[in-house]
Amino acid sequence: MPTITMPELQFGEVFANIDLLLEACGLTLALWAVALAAGLSGGLLVGLARISPRRWIAWPARGYVELFRNTPVLVQLIWFYYALPVLSGIQLPAFAAAALALSLNASAYCAEIYRGGIQSVAAGQWEAGRALGMGRLRLLRRIILPLAVRRMVPAFTNRAVELAKNTSVASIITVHELMYTARLFSSQNYIPMETFTVVAMIYFLLIYPFTLASYALERRFAAGRA
Amino acid sequence: MTVAGDVVLQVEDLHKSFGSTEVLKGIDLSVRRGERIAILGSSGSGKSTLLRCLNVLEMPTRGRLILDGEAVGKPAAGGGTRYREAELNRLRARVGMVFQQFNLFPHMTALENVMEGPLSVLGRSRAEARRTAQRHLERVGLGGKAEAHPARLSGGQQQRVAIARALAMDPEVLLFDEPTSSLDPELVGEVLGVINDLSEDGRTMLLVTHELGFAYHFATRILFLHEGRILEDGPPEQVLKSPREERTRRFLDRFTAFRF
Repeated sequence: MPTITMPELQFGEVFANIDLLLEACGLTLALWAVALAAGLSGGLLVGLARISPRRWIAWPARGYVELFRNTPVLVQLIWFYYALPVLSGIQLPAFAAAALALSLNASAYCAEIYRGGIQSVAAGQWEAGRALGMGRLRLLRRIILPLAVRRMVPAFTNRAVELAKNTSVASIITVHELMYTARLFSSQNYIPMETFTVVAMIYFLLIYPFTLASYALERRFAAGRA
Repeated sequence: MTVAGDVVLQVEDLHKSFGSTEVLKGIDLSVRRGERIAILGSSGSGKSTLLRCLNVLEMPTRGRLILDGEAVGKPAAGGGTRYREAELNRLRARVGMVFQQFNLFPHMTALENVMEGPLSVLGRSRAEARRTAQRHLERVGLGGKAEAHPARLSGGQQQRVAIARALAMDPEVLLFDEPTSSLDPELVGEVLGVINDLSEDGRTMLLVTHELGFAYHFATRILFLHEGRILEDGPPEQVLKSPREERTRRFLDRFTAFRF
């Protein structure tokens, strides 16, 4: 009977170089923060444009959303890094290209979350605000968005977590974030299993506190409703 | 200068269609300052639509609306009227509305609901808005509920807050769209009582209602709408007790069919 030999696991090697991986987390977090902030704010603008009664505003916004939601984020990233320079002559640094692609992608998804949230607010709220003489933008800011955002928190959390993981795609265009560093390290030391086990744990530790914070936010909004 | 008895609101040949259904088929109406007008009619007669056209929550399909001698909107090519949003916002700040479903802002306290208009539309200071809001809440008997959110209030209390919210804008004309229709019967009285108390202000009010007894005591004038037209227009005594039209009589009979 043949014996199966378990490879000897070398976690010691990974932990001896953990500072390499932890340093790379800086760029992962930076990409995440930039794309999330841009997605939340850009998404609001695109979402508002989507529901504009003016077609010349609503239609381009819709086109934008469909384009970025219906193509892979990996393709978008590669396009901004390799195709954009050919077309425009502008070569973005890898980090900028990744941040741009992830931001535009996140904006498209967030726009749909804003649109859905805004449209879920009862028509009576719009009417009550209009009956007081409030203009559309003021009504959105004072009444509709505060009501809608409470309902959007779970959807935004979902998107933010997805986005955190999508930052790993930036390794393809040589951004030295966590995934890129891990691949480099594992191929230099031939210990992929150990490396990526540790990397998975690091991603979890980066993202999970964010999820917990969003649960707390949901609870606070729920309490404020009473 | 504004004098009681002036025409404050005038409607000329007002039409409103939804798709191919014409709901209002030519309404002419002249409202004098201080009048309290109850609008009666079966469901589908167009009474709520008429009220909602008066503050242009519904865009009239055709016709003219004149508030304080100023026509609302500009004539457009093709016979219609063009309304600019800024102009409509100014109009709505002067023509208040109380809804059947209250429509209070659920994320704000009663006090904040009443403060919102003066604060964000009239540009009052926070302190001043708070002061007048508290006064209006006291007026509707809810001075003690200022910090309560709508979810903590009964339907009758919510509607009274909604009335205070409309009053806080000090509107020239106040519209009530079936203000007690979604209330439990035992809560109707407190809301009608508050509306009745407003009579002493001399404010112009139009009220769509099914409460005939209240209309009789409250209104100075009653309109009866039928199929998008004003069928009857006169003092309560005359319209309710000796209506001219057979249609009106039949409508009124339905309310008095069961007596004890």
